[in-house]
Order: sequence, then structure tokens, then C-alpha cells
Amino acid sequence: MASTPWTPGITAGRLSQEEIKQNFSDIDPLFEPHEAAVAADRCYFCYDAPCITACPTAIDIPLFIRQIQTGTPEAAAKTILDQNILGGMCARVCPTETLCEEACVREAAEGKPVEIGRLQRYATDTLMAASVHPFERGPETGKTIAVVGAGPAGLACAHRLAMRGHSVTLFEAKEKLGGLNEYGIAAYKTAGGFAEREVDWLLQIGGITVEYGRKLGSGLELGTLTSEYDAVFLGVGLGAVNALRAEGEDKDGVQDAVAFIADLRQSDDLTKLPIGRNVIVIGGGMTAVDAAVQSKLLGAENVTIAYRRGRDRMGASGHEQDHATSAGVRLLTHVVLRQVIGNGAVREAEFEYVTETDGGLAGTGETFRLPADQIFKAIGQTLEAGPEGLTLQGNKIAVDENGRTSIDGVWAGGDCAAGGDDLTVTAVAEGRDAAEDIHRALSQ
Amino acid sequence: MADLTTDFLGIKSPNPFWLASAPPTDKEYNVRRAFEAGWGGVVWKTLGSEGPPVVNVNGPRYGAIYGADRRLLGLNNIELITDRPLEVNLREIKTVKRDYPDRAMIVSLMVPCEEEAWKAILPRVEDTGADGIELNFGCPHGMSERGMGSAVGQVPEYIEMVTRWCKQHSRMPVIVKLTPNITDVRYPARAAKAGGADAVSLINTISSITSVNLDDFSPEPSIDGKGSHGGYCGPAVKPIAMNMVAEIARDPETHGLPISGIGGITTWRDAAEFISLGCGTVQVCTAAMTYGFKVVEEMKSGLSQWMDEKGYARIDDFMGRAVPNVTDWQYLNLNYVTKARIDQDSCIKCGRCYVACEDTSHQAISMSPDRVFEVIDEECVACNLCVNVCPVEDCITMEKMQVGQVDPRTGKTVEPDYANWTMHPNNPSSQAAE
Ligand SMILES: Cc1cc2nc3c(=O)[nH]c(=O)nc-3n(C[C@H](O)[C@H](O)[C@H](O)COP(=O)(O)OP(=O)(O)OC[C@H]3O[C@@H](n4cnc5c(N)ncnc54)[C@H](O)[C@@H]3O)c2cc1C
Ligand SMILES: Cc1cc2nc3c(=O)[nH]c(=O)nc-3n(C[C@H](O)[C@H](O)[C@H](O)COP(=O)(O)O)c2cc1C
Ligand code: SF4
Repeated sequence: MASTPWTPGITAGRLSQEEIKQNFSDIDPLFEPHEAAVAADRCYFCYDAPCITACPTAIDIPLFIRQIQTGTPEAAAKTILDQNILGGMCARVCPTETLCEEACVREAAEGKPVEIGRLQRYATDTLMAASVHPFERGPETGKTIAVVGAGPAGLACAHRLAMRGHSVTLFEAKEKLGGLNEYGIAAYKTAGGFAEREVDWLLQIGGITVEYGRKLGSGLELGTLTSEYDAVFLGVGLGAVNALRAEGEDKDGVQDAVAFIADLRQSDDLTKLPIGRNVIVIGGGMTAVDAAVQSKLLGAENVTIAYRRGRDRMGASGHEQDHATSAGVRLLTHVVLRQVIGNGAVREAEFEYVTETDGGLAGTGETFRLPADQIFKAIGQTLEAGPEGLTLQGNKIAVDENGRTSIDGVWAGGDCAAGGDDLTVTAVAEGRDAAEDIHRALSQ
Repeated sequence: MADLTTDFLGIKSPNPFWLASAPPTDKEYNVRRAFEAGWGGVVWKTLGSEGPPVVNVNGPRYGAIYGADRRLLGLNNIELITDRPLEVNLREIKTVKRDYPDRAMIVSLMVPCEEEAWKAILPRVEDTGADGIELNFGCPHGMSERGMGSAVGQVPEYIEMVTRWCKQHSRMPVIVKLTPNITDVRYPARAAKAGGADAVSLINTISSITSVNLDDFSPEPSIDGKGSHGGYCGPAVKPIAMNMVAEIARDPETHGLPISGIGGITTWRDAAEFISLGCGTVQVCTAAMTYGFKVVEEMKSGLSQWMDEKGYARIDDFMGRAVPNVTDWQYLNLNYVTKARIDQDSCIKCGRCYVACEDTSHQAISMSPDRVFEVIDEECVACNLCVNVCPVEDCITMEKMQVGQVDPRTGKTVEPDYANWTMHPNNPSSQAAE
């Protein structure tokens, strides 16, 4: 008997192959040329456009949209990629409703911004479909740089360094490149193996040697890298997960949301991926939403996001919250997980209502229980024990505006570095800017 | 409810909306559909002389210019006059006129520039019971190479001569359709009047090349890799047509000559503007070819609503009302001073006014770091460019300065009196006159 959403416990195959295919298909399919023309036509070509300022990589948006308008999406793609080499991924995953599209003057005018993200995808997909890599390596400089971590930050840094003629060795702990593009981003945002394709496309620049399965801190030491290379860039992301500090959180069925999503992203048959009937996600950010929505899409009957503050304080944007609720996810706010109940495996979760006080949270004493087969922790990632000698700021590596760390010759960027939002686009911007600073430093 | 009926040269029609001579009026089938849809009249597709009909190209005849969302703004054609036998057309005209006696039926004609040719065709047209004829002196392509169409329309003497023949050999009202492919439209209009024309209609299409194919370098529409100029029409030509209409309406020599306005009329508003410039009826081609005959419903309802709102009971009540306000530049009041004003509440901060004024005009708009845009009165010459480029309607307006105020740009006090260039001290002829 095949499982259904009502099958108790944690089980695979709650939905049919067709339903899964439908659920995990591209959320915002590629524009047809005419749709792109119509969408592009809405752009006013603003002076000193607010959308450019709102983009962490400062893409010249009015220019690329005009290039689409005049029938040259390839030129538009070049404009985008000049600033953001992962423009294709960003077009899919950026929370544009809080970035460029929020700043669009048509959002102010009529509550309906120009669809910048989708137009960006139209341009970059057009170029990538033609397998064109519009950049060339600069003349060889003879300088070598170690880039640690092949997420958006590391990839952007490596590409820009290669463009400047340097030789890059990219050390990646895992067997695949892309970082959270490959392991973290929601499947329906990057359907069709896009993350992998984009990395292959990016590496066409040349001058980048990849070393897989090489983890800094496990047989690869920062001191060695600094002595063997002219510069080092750290783009290791946030490998560890914050602790819940709830009683019974070690029970079976309590899992990191990020690990669950990574399994999901790497699964080649989602009907074989087990999911609970009653799923609870603890947290309020993008990861919480992605874990909850994808649980629902896998066929979980009841999915609840439990967040300790109000909706306005959630890391996930209003757009993403709406996305969750429209997928059938229930949003509970002002609740804190106090206890995980079950005999070996989780069966119930006990919450307490809390109120927000100045800065803090106070329990109200009122508790309730929800049935739970699976609890995903999405309460934030944190830096894995970093290399020694690096000054931290908060829990992240302290950097100056050019990405320089406290150690001479070592730069850092992306999620692992302090400052900036934990977004793909921010990681790209920081990787790129660090590369330019490294280039400046090495050219002196 | 406003009365939309018109009486043009004694030809009555239930509304001023006629279909211009073109494919929509090429045969009985179309014209019946048009009348069923509510059109007030038609000018039948231009007929030629007896004999083997003209032939059209067998490849594409039209080219187009688009606005946003492929909205058709301009159309260009290389079609000739009707390619159907004369007898068939005449027979159909007769039947349709019989079945729709309340609609205007005008027959467009183009035959060689010889008196015999006109003498031969006129009685046959009269025999159909048609209400009048329109002389097609406008078609700019194909027929003009054979000494007809705009080849006649570009020579005032020929216009006068042919018009006179038509008046002599027929009792029907004669409308002369003018070509815009001339330098001063008043000359052909005066010639038509001198020849006895009852009215003029304008404009026919404008010689044009709409686009060039950048793969094979052929103008479009391309016929086997070559293109010839076509005739341009549609919304894009309306400003040109209206100016020509106004020139004829206010020319002392032709003032009062009835006009049927043509060129880019797409909505009731366009029609109202043509009528206010002195047209007794309007003719439509491209709008019908783009959207079908049903557009006439919006034209009628819109015109009627606007007339009700304004208190015009009949078309005549506002016909020609704009003509006295069309003047020459030299008579414009130089003491009329305005300044641009930006309404901060409706401003969406796109900055288009700023860059337009800063890059290409008078550096009269300031921009603050938080994108507040304000007009600098000391610099603003009131050119209107900012108003025109602003995407928000009524966000930037032109405010009139009051008499007695000092224009901070010129330091001069705004004078109460009307004063134009002919009186201006910088004008050499005005000084000479003193
Ligand atoms: C579930 C989830 C969903 C998200 N959704 C979005 C979204 O929709 N839109 C958005 O903009 N952002 C999203 N984000 C955030 C975004 O993915 C990150 O901000 C971005 O990937 C950070 O890039 P990075 O290069 O700094 O780090 P990562 O992408 O984490 O890459 C770090 C890389 O370093 C490698 N690495 C780690 N440690 C070592 C080591 N010691 N030695 C060698 N290699 C190492 C890792 O294997 C990895 O490949 C999401 C994050 C998560 C977790
Ligand atoms: C395809 C086509 C064929 C035309 N044929 C004729 C014609 O045979 N006789 C004529 O007088 N005008 C002809 N015209 C011109 C129209 O009657 C009209 O003057 C012109 O299109 C401008 O009006 P519009 O902007 O409403 O289209 C033709 C126009 C088009 C588009
Ligand atoms: S009216 Fe002309 S000069 Fe005045 S502010 Fe506008 S663009 Fe500048």
C-alpha cells in the first residue's frame, strides 16, 4: 500500500510521482520573449535608479532592461554578469520584494514593480542557453590565490580573480560545488539542475583549479595556505546550527532544517524521501519557510512554522510568509518550544506562549501541545569553529569594508563574514569586492 | 443624449464616423458588416477605369511600427486601388446603397488624367445611387508612377482641372482627397476649391519606409528582397493630419470649405479634435483594420458622452471651435509666463524630469540626496519637457505666473497686456515700424 498524507509517522511516497513533479517544478517559469518585452516596457529608465542602489551587487538594471526591450537579451546578460557573475541564480533566489523591486518607482506608483528578477532570468538564461561565457581571463599575473569554500562568495571571488589573470585554487569540503546554491536553496527556485549548470558555466573562464573534499581545519591549515599562496579568501559559510535548548531535543525525528533540505536537494527521487505526517519547523527565516513549504510539497498533512516573535520580526519577507501560507503551512507566532515529548522518537511538542518585552521575551505560563513526527530546527546557522587567530565579530569573522580579516593576506566574505545580509547576492558582492581588493593588493 | 447625425454637403449620415476608402470598404461583404456595426458612412475603395483591373503584389503589403505591447502605432501599405472589376464594384455599391439608404455612400475614383476617362466613369457611378464621389489624388505609391494619385495631387493645376471636369460631367457632390506629400497643403486645397470642389478630405497616406530588415537589408514589407516606399497611416500620422486640416480651415481662401478629416483617428477623442478643427465628418481606416468594425461603438458612445458633459446638443455646436485658436507663432502672447511645478505627493521619484532638464534643457530641476525633485524658478523657461517625460499624469504641471509677480529667471514683472513678437523690441521689423 502506498502512503498518503494521512499515513502516521515518517514515511516516503506520500504523493505520486506526478504530484511531486508538479510540486517541485519551476516556481516562476522563464518568460516567453513577448512576455519579456511587455514586462521590460514597463521600466521607466529612471535616472540614478533606486533599484540599482537597492541591489547589493549594483547591477545596472534600467540598462539591462532597455537592452531586453531592444531585442538584445545577450547584451543585457552581459550587463548583469559584469556586476554579478551568479546573476542567473540571483534572478531565481533573490528576495526581490525586499531588494530591487521594493525600490522600483512603480512599486511606489501602483504597488506593482517592474518584474526585475524575472527579466534578469530571461536575460541570463538566454545567454547561458547559448553556452556563451562572455568573459576572458586577463593576462597571466603569476600570482596564486587559495579560495576556501565554493559557495556564492567563493565562486564570485574565484571568477573575478581569474578575470584579473590570477591563478586560483578552489578548496571545497564537499564533493560538489555551489555551497547552498547546491544544497540549500529551495528546489522549486532552482529547478532543472541549474546550480550545477551555472557552476560549470562559471568555470569556463579558466584559471581555476578545483580541489574537492578539501576541508580547512581537517588536514588543510590556514597557515599552510598563507605561506603557499599569495592570498587566501575564506568563503566557508555557516556550517553549524544553533542549539534549540529545549528539553528532549535529542529525540529521533528532531533534525536540522538545513540538513533536511540538503537531503532533499540531493535526492534523485523525491518519492523516496521520508517526511512526517505532522511536521513542525522552529524558526522564522528563509530556511524555516523553505523547510516547511517543501515538507508540505512532499505530502506532509500538517506543517506548522512556530516562531517566537511576531510576523513583522520574521527573517522571511512578507512575500515568503504568504508563499508559506498559500502552500498550506500554518504560521504560529509568539510561541517557544519548551519540550519535545516522545518515547525515543518525537510524538508531541509542547510550546509556551510568550510576549515580547523590550528586547526580550517573557513566558506567559500558558502552554499547549501539537502532535509531531518531525521537528526541523531552523533557528539560524553559525560559524563552525573557525581557524585560529581570526578576530571574530559576533559569531562571524571580522572584516573591513574590503573583506580583509585580522590576518594579513587573508580575506573573507559571504555568510561567514560579519556585516551584510545572509543572502546569495550579498555573498556574491562580497566575494567580488574582496577579489578586487586582493587584485589591488597584489598589483602593488 | 447628444445628436450625432451629420449633414455633409447635403449627404446625411447617422453619425460622423465614415470608413475611409481602403480595404475595409473594398466590397459588399465588408461594407454590409460595417453598416451593421454602426458606421455612419463609407467611402468605397477607389475605383479605376474600365478594363483589366490593377494587380497587387503577391507578397506582404503592409509594414508596421509598434509601441509597448505591440500596440500598432503606424501602418504602411503598398496596396493599389481596387483590383476587382469595375462592373462588380458598381453593382455592389448599388445594392448596398439600396439596402442602407440612411448611410453615406461615397465612391472614390482614380482614373487617368484625361477628360474622356472621367466622362466615361462618372455617369456609371451616378447610376448606382451613390451620394457623392471622392477624387483620390493622394495615393503615394504605384498609381503615382502611372501619373495618377499623388502625381495629380502634387500639381494644383491638375487638381483644379480634374475637379472641374467632375463638376461639369456629374451632379454628385465632389470631395477632393488631398495628399500630405507636398510642402504646403493650402495650394492643392485652394486649387480644389477653384475647380468647384464641394469639400476636401485629408490626409491620404504619407510616403514612408517603416523599417529595414537588418539581415538582408531590404525595406519592409519586403517583396523578394526589395521594397518600395509605401503610404503611412494610423495613430502616428494624426498630428500631421490635424495640422494640415487646420491650415485649410484657417486659410482665408479656403475657410468654410467643408472638410472630411482623415488620419490616425482611433478613438472618439481623436474624432472630436478633428471636428473641432473644422471637419464635418471623419474617416477611419487603420483603427478599423487593427481592431475591427466594432470600434465605432466606443467612438459613438465616447463622443456622445463628452458632448453631453459639455452641453453640445449637435456636432455643429462644437465644429470648428478650435480653428480661431490656431494661430502663427508670431502672434503668441510673450507676456504669458508659466513655471513647472512638481507635486511632491504624486512624485514617484523616477528622476526622468531631472535628467531631461539637466542633460538636455535648462538645469532647472534640483535633486536632493533623498530624491526630492524641485523646480528652480530662476532657471525654468517653462519648456514643458519635464511634463512630457514624467510618467505620472498631472504630477508636473505648468502654473501661470500672476500679473505683477516677478519672473525670477528674467527679473521682469509679468505684464497684464498681450504682447507678441511683432511688437517685441528684439524684432528688427517691429523697430523699423516704430
Ligand atoms: C535553506 C536555505 C535557503 C536559503 N534561501 C535563500 C534564498 O532563497 N535567497 C537568498 O538570497 N539566500 C538564501 N539563503 C542564504 C544563502 O544561501 C547564503 O547567504 C549564501 O549561500 C551564502 O554564500 P556563502 O558562499 O557565504 O556560503 P555557502 O553557500 O554556505 O558556501 C560555503 C561553502 O564552503 C564550503 N565549506 C564550508 N566549510 C569549509 C571548510 N572548512 N573548508 C572548505 N570548504 C568549506 C561549503 O561546503 C560550501 O560549499 C538560504 C540559506 C539557506 C540555509
Ligand atoms: C491598405 C490601405 C489601402 C488604402 N487604399 C486607399 C485607396 O484605395 N484610396 C484612398 O483614397 N485611400 C486609400 N488608403 C488611405 C486611407 O483611406 C486613409 O486616407 C489613410 O489610411 C489615413 O487614415 P487612417 O490613419 O485612419 O488609416 C489606403 C490605406 C490603407 C492602409
Ligand atoms: S519646464 Fe523645461 S526648463 Fe522648466 S523645469 Fe521643466 S524641463 Fe526644466
